[in-house]
Amino acid sequence: MSLPNGWEMVIGLEVHTELKTKTKLFCGCANAFGSAPNTQVCPICLGLPGSLPVMNERAVELAMAIGFALNCTIQDSTFHRKNYFYPDMPKDYQISQYDVPINAHGYLTLPDGFRVSIERAHMEEDTGKTTHLGTSGRIHGADRSLVDYNRSGVPLVEIVSGPDIRTSQQARDYVAELRAILIAIGASDGRMEEGSLRVDANVSVRKADAPFGTRCEIKNLNSLRSLQRAIEYEALRQIEVLEDGGKIRQETRHWDEDRGETSTLRVKEEAEDYRYFREPDLVDLAPDQAWRDRVKAGLPRLPAERRGLIESLLGELSDAQRDAVATIVDQGLDEYVLGVADAKGDVSLALARTANEIAANVAGRTNLSVANFVATVAMEQLGQLSATQAKTVLGELLESGGDPAAIAKAKGFEQLSSDTLSVTVGELIEANPDEWQRFKDGDDKLAQFFIGLVMKATKGQANGKAVIAELQSRR
Amino acid sequence: MTEPLSREDVSHVAKLARLRLTEEELVRYTEQLGKILVHAQDLNSLDLAGVAPTAHPFGLVNVVRQDEVHPSIDPAAVLAEAPDAEDGRFAVPRIVGEAP
Amino acid sequence: MKTAQQIANDVRAGESALVAVEASLAAIKARNEELNVFLYVDEDGARTAAEAVDAKVRRGEDPGLLAGVPIALKDNMCTTGIPTTCSSKILEGWKPPYNATVVDMLAAQGAISMGKTNLDEFAMGSSTENSAFGPTRNPLDPTRVPGGSSGGSAAAVAAEMTPLSLGSDTGGSIRQPAALCGLVGVKPTYGLVSRYGLIAFASSLDQIGPFASTVTDAALLLEAISGHDPMDSTSLPEPAPSLVAHVNDGVAGKRIALVRELVEGADDAVVASVNRAVEVLKDAGATIVELSIPELHLGLSAYYLIAPAEASSNLARYDGVRFGNRIDGDDVTAMMEATRTAGFGAEVKRRIMLGTYALSAGYFDAYYGQALKVRTRMIEAFAAAYQQADMIIGATTPSVAFTFGSKTNDPMAMYLNDVFTIPTNLAGEAALSVPFGTGEADLPIGVQLLGPGRSEARLFAAARVLEIADGR
Repeated sequence: MSLPNGWEMVIGLEVHTELKTKTKLFCGCANAFGSAPNTQVCPICLGLPGSLPVMNERAVELAMAIGFALNCTIQDSTFHRKNYFYPDMPKDYQISQYDVPINAHGYLTLPDGFRVSIERAHMEEDTGKTTHLGTSGRIHGADRSLVDYNRSGVPLVEIVSGPDIRTSQQARDYVAELRAILIAIGASDGRMEEGSLRVDANVSVRKADAPFGTRCEIKNLNSLRSLQRAIEYEALRQIEVLEDGGKIRQETRHWDEDRGETSTLRVKEEAEDYRYFREPDLVDLAPDQAWRDRVKAGLPRLPAERRGLIESLLGELSDAQRDAVATIVDQGLDEYVLGVADAKGDVSLALARTANEIAANVAGRTNLSVANFVATVAMEQLGQLSATQAKTVLGELLESGGDPAAIAKAKGFEQLSSDTLSVTVGELIEANPDEWQRFKDGDDKLAQFFIGLVMKATKGQANGKAVIAELQSRR
Repeated sequence: MTEPLSREDVSHVAKLARLRLTEEELVRYTEQLGKILVHAQDLNSLDLAGVAPTAHPFGLVNVVRQDEVHPSIDPAAVLAEAPDAEDGRFAVPRIVGEAP
Repeated sequence: MKTAQQIANDVRAGESALVAVEASLAAIKARNEELNVFLYVDEDGARTAAEAVDAKVRRGEDPGLLAGVPIALKDNMCTTGIPTTCSSKILEGWKPPYNATVVDMLAAQGAISMGKTNLDEFAMGSSTENSAFGPTRNPLDPTRVPGGSSGGSAAAVAAEMTPLSLGSDTGGSIRQPAALCGLVGVKPTYGLVSRYGLIAFASSLDQIGPFASTVTDAALLLEAISGHDPMDSTSLPEPAPSLVAHVNDGVAGKRIALVRELVEGADDAVVASVNRAVEVLKDAGATIVELSIPELHLGLSAYYLIAPAEASSNLARYDGVRFGNRIDGDDVTAMMEATRTAGFGAEVKRRIMLGTYALSAGYFDAYYGQALKVRTRMIEAFAAAYQQADMIIGATTPSVAFTFGSKTNDPMAMYLNDVFTIPTNLAGEAALSVPFGTGEADLPIGVQLLGPGRSEARLFAAARVLEIADGR
């Protein structure tokens, strides 16, 4: 979307990710989604008097891994208390990192090469969850609220980008890439809908090269689509206000997905007074070189590198193929394509089958070994299976496993012998002399016409490539 | 740092701390806190330029625990101490305003 | 009354733990109404625990260092299913679902918890007059305060209700009541004793420690509760030190510094006691040096910014949502305000507001930030002093026990009571108070011995020298 009258968006994103640890940040309660209310709580995460926090080692390591993946400086860091009263915050302060976060000054490169700076990626604890009773289910109009502290104390890393993003598409690409990275390094399951990945967008508008305008923070962005729509709506809203001679008020706004608009949630009258001070119940983090090295060594290859690897195997690639590569890397299905490449098979065909058939049933991948996938692709490539048959065999493998050749046989996917194919093609040429002549004269489109006839005559048992080869040999 | 705090300061601080003060308490606390803060001005008698603050007596670092699940407490015991509860959750009167 | 050491020895030798427990219950019954020492007495729990100790002895198992020894707990330590109030209306009736680490450690060593003792609300005070449940009286002179904030725990031992008790010391809350009640009281090195389950006043200063009538008993109790606790991130990593074994090591060859700022302004009788203690230590083979540490003058100001700042945050959780008392309101903010306004006493509110102010935007650097820098200078100044001396001697309090109401109207006058004890908390180091001589109305005077971190054994040995010279 382009903005009217030379306006430009300025976007910075704050992404909170829950870390995929077994336990909470400061206590041994399980970090799991969807349990009965208040069944994963203890004196520490309930903030009972006398309780004390003790840092989860794995959470520190995942935070460091995020720092490495985002090209941050990983530094000695401290913890602070952010003081404010709210019923979902059991201690009425949040333990967070303030002036010295564990990760600072990094960047993330988007697939198109655009670089977004990362100001910081710091550790903090999550709050409990509040349910509002009353007619609307939302905070306004509720007469009573109920609090569940299962989420209280779940480890979070907040990743703050610089105000570098200029379009809603870039914002979407940034979150998509960040999510792919967090999933790849095992830090997060990246579920925006469940709230394990939460995105707040700071949006302002300006005329090109003018100073930054006043920004608004947009909350409740539960999908990439919401993020993009909300940013576009908000930028247009701000432009309208400014063009009418109005002023933008710095505030927090709520995105309503159904109504497709943002509305005021909270006005920032003055800077909130959180009375930050060092958390006396925790000591500093000062990971030594050995610990840092260990975390760094444990990092898997990141999505950008994995995409690059697959793309390099494909050579020139179409937009659709580029999307397919992104899909399989996001879902961690690289091994199938790489397996076919190792076997010197058809990488392009492998990409299509992975991005379509396997991606459609990711859960089924446990049934499908790389070797069986390579074998199926080879059968298709050699013309032993038609495309339709290959898809059927893969579907069966994903559903219940097994041997591809045995499945093909059981399904009656006996390959047409080349003799039978040759006879069929000959008969069809004789029956369609005009079309054959035009094909011979160089009209390649007619190949599809003959393939269709052969498929019909053989009830789909023929292989398209073999038909073309037969036609070419007779041309 | 020469001005002790005003009545408005005390009123603002009471609001931040979720305390309500009567007019009489406001006057008394303003005077008492002012006295303490005037006494605290002796901290400026030392030249503290370049001195690092100490938030903690000892320089322990990297105190961590293994990421292992420990049993949580019985939910019945948790809610037994709740001033108000409903449906397995802690109940509070309506909330005005969103969390920061 | 028998010492803790004697009781434990007798129990190990086969005497029923119930003997000491019944004696303790009888002593509590005799004077608790008059003195207001215990807020809760766990009669049944004490007898059950005593029977369990007896059973262990019968089975030939080790019943622990404190086998069958009755002990009183300051009511700011969490005890499963037993009311824990911090002497505040806001927590009245609250029963924690867990034990403080020290409570479990005591039980593991065979000690018998008799109940919970009175304190200044949330340990904020120096006289136990700030309790929501009425003041505790000094057993030596019931017209006077026992000191505070651990006044109930001090009074329990002074009234011979229990041979041992635990207090907590944030700015002198063990040493000052120990001095005023004629007991040994110890503020251990920060991190030596777990804070898990100790209801926080000022987290970077709080430390649990023992009261006893003898130096050996204090060492015994501290040894039993020391050592690393994985539940407290600020707990020292090493195991418990050996203390009782060194009580009679003496002071021969030790360098002891008399620090001018730790006697300045004290009553004549107090200064005389300190001077006499110095002579005794000198006669026992110590070398005495006189030192001045001017930074100690700033301790009070730094403390009365740092402790309230931490407290203002630590006490935020008393909001009526999850536990404790609630006063209803139209919305959640009104409910929290009503609950806190009704639940906290005047001194607690005063400190919450002072701390909130010190941390708030615009004042942080001038007050709290400055106080943290003074803390650094205090630590450096102590470190320099300990280059020249193995320990420091001074007064614990400026005077003997004072009368009720004499300092309650002027917070600053009350705070000045802590002027000699506060520096140790700011530095995170060790100090104890040992009774030595008497002053006005024949009331006890406490002499304070201070040392660097982990110097408890050395301090106990010096205290024992003074105890012997004082005829005990």
